[in-house]
Amino acid sequence: MATPILEVTNLAKFFPIQSQGIFSRVKGDNKAVNGISFTLNAGETLGLVGESGCGKSTAGRTILKLYEPTSGTIKFEGEDITSYSASKMKPLRTKMQMIFQDPYSSLNPRHTIGSIIAASYEIQKITPENGVKRAVQDLMERVGLNPEHYNRYPHEFSGGQRQRIGIARALALKPKFIVCDEPVSALDVSIQAQVINLLDDLRDDFGLSYLFIAHDLSVVQHISQRVAVMYLGKIMELAPTEELYKNPHHPYTKALLSAIPIPDPILERKREQIILSGDIPNPVNPPTGCVFNTRCWKAQEKCRTTEPVIMQIGASQVACHFPD
Amino acid sequence: MATREDGAVIDAPQAQILTSRSPRELAWRRFKKNKVGIAALVTSLFFVSAAVFAPLIAWAINIDPNERDSSAITARGQTIGRFGGISWDHPLGVEPGIGYDILARLIYGARISFLVAAIATLSTVFVGLMIGVVAGYFRSRTDSVLGRLTDFLLAFPSFFMIIALSAPMIARIEKSGLARDNSARVLYLILVLALFGWPYFSRIMRSQALSLRERDFVSASRALGASHTRIIFKELLPNLWTPVIVYLSLALPGYLAAEAIYSYLGIGVQPPAATWGLLIADSIKYVMSEPTYFLIPSVSLILVVLSFNLLGDAVRDALDPKSELT
Repeated sequence: MATPILEVTNLAKFFPIQSQGIFSRVKGDNKAVNGISFTLNAGETLGLVGESGCGKSTAGRTILKLYEPTSGTIKFEGEDITSYSASKMKPLRTKMQMIFQDPYSSLNPRHTIGSIIAASYEIQKITPENGVKRAVQDLMERVGLNPEHYNRYPHEFSGGQRQRIGIARALALKPKFIVCDEPVSALDVSIQAQVINLLDDLRDDFGLSYLFIAHDLSVVQHISQRVAVMYLGKIMELAPTEELYKNPHHPYTKALLSAIPIPDPILERKREQIILSGDIPNPVNPPTGCVFNTRCWKAQEKCRTTEPVIMQIGASQVACHFPD
Repeated sequence: MATREDGAVIDAPQAQILTSRSPRELAWRRFKKNKVGIAALVTSLFFVSAAVFAPLIAWAINIDPNERDSSAITARGQTIGRFGGISWDHPLGVEPGIGYDILARLIYGARISFLVAAIATLSTVFVGLMIGVVAGYFRSRTDSVLGRLTDFLLAFPSFFMIIALSAPMIARIEKSGLARDNSARVLYLILVLALFGWPYFSRIMRSQALSLRERDFVSASRALGASHTRIIFKELLPNLWTPVIVYLSLALPGYLAAEAIYSYLGIGVQPPAATWGLLIADSIKYVMSEPTYFLIPSVSLILVVLSFNLLGDAVRDALDPKSELT
């Protein structure tokens, strides 16, 4: 098999919590991402799901080196970029891009759409064949925007249109890999489908690979080939999409899947929902052993003392002592 | 009328009429609706142009700030005529005791007052903007060092120091050959006003930069490989013009008043040159016998400070209807 486009091994990102004052010292670490490993093949979409605060966005940003990784390695096209400096990363940035969650905060309100998209060329000092304006307008057309709106400001667009602008910006440098950080969770349900379909089309047209971060399992199901379930900075289960939805092995995956409503009232009434008790623990002091043990109905003594190793069950990788 | 897939209505002829408006155009439209703001703008412009075109005005109505008209005062120095000697020759009367034309002194004095205030404001805003943004953007050690410097200057008894240091510092400036007499005094005043003024503004800018740097458009720029310089100048600064303009219009009247106070206390410009502070200081002596002489510069100062403040409020409301910045 060819080299995967992205290979992440034991990646961790801790945010130090400092006391105030001149002689500030580190009081602890927020272990946002705590040792995750996965690979992403060219042309593939890997879904990354989990509750709010489980570290999925941090993982996406750390992979793009927007955050400095604490430990672990990131290999992009076989090249170890973990300790690359900003200047060494710059040429690679044309190959890896990001689409953001909030279409309002991701576009600078003081710049026109044209200059927002053209900034990609400006920063990387690339001159497209037919000139910048033409390239930008082609991109706008491709993502379903009216190219005549080139000189308009972000406030004149709706959430869905703004997200398209963000997509056009990410596409401008013709990247191979895009981190989609909850690209549709801020949009109306009707617009969500359009943006998902657009991302789907673009993946085929441009030969993109996505790391698709979401908290909505049904969105991920549609677009991903494989799905990784994250909880408190760790991957609980990673499996091909179909396998994960049909045959979940990890109790946390089961709980998440049982929360998806069924659009059929009769079936919906029969749906058995697993309600997890308690809150997601503080990532500064994660539980010992399996991080999920405080909320797991299967938890036993072993879960509180020993951290489960990832094991292969069929096509799935599961981090649990008592998988189904 | 056509509807695109995302629900945006694109109606060709109408789309052309509804041309795109930049945030600046929108702000100007909001500003035009504010009557107080327009009045403040007109008043401010009136005073500023009076100062700028002072020589022209003086030439047109034949007055001179340094010419004593002994025919307008009595031998004992009292003004002749009603309301402090207001006449066709002297539209705002004459100074008792000397016989200078008050209008000429007022508009020429305004030049120095406005100059000091404008330069002090611009340097305050420039230094405060740069230091605040750099501290807020880079955070960590840079912020700690710059933050302590700001704290130090804010805690400094500036008013006392400006007065205490004036004589030796002005002597220094004169000795260094940079400027002489009144120029040295003006230079000193601008330097100290800016030195003790920027920390207030840099605090505001720092907090703005702290919040802006976390916005996704900054992350997007970094994901494209943008340098720190580019992010500061292209992503952060365009979002800071609103507080900059607002602070400019609020700081200017403050410095105008400060210049008047320091002139009044004898630190600023000295006679025979005129500033508003000097005029007020001089007129205090005649406040009972010649009230018009006292009222004219005082009311002018109040009017200018008030109109600049109101203009600043109106500009703030127009630029950012939601902002709470003071």
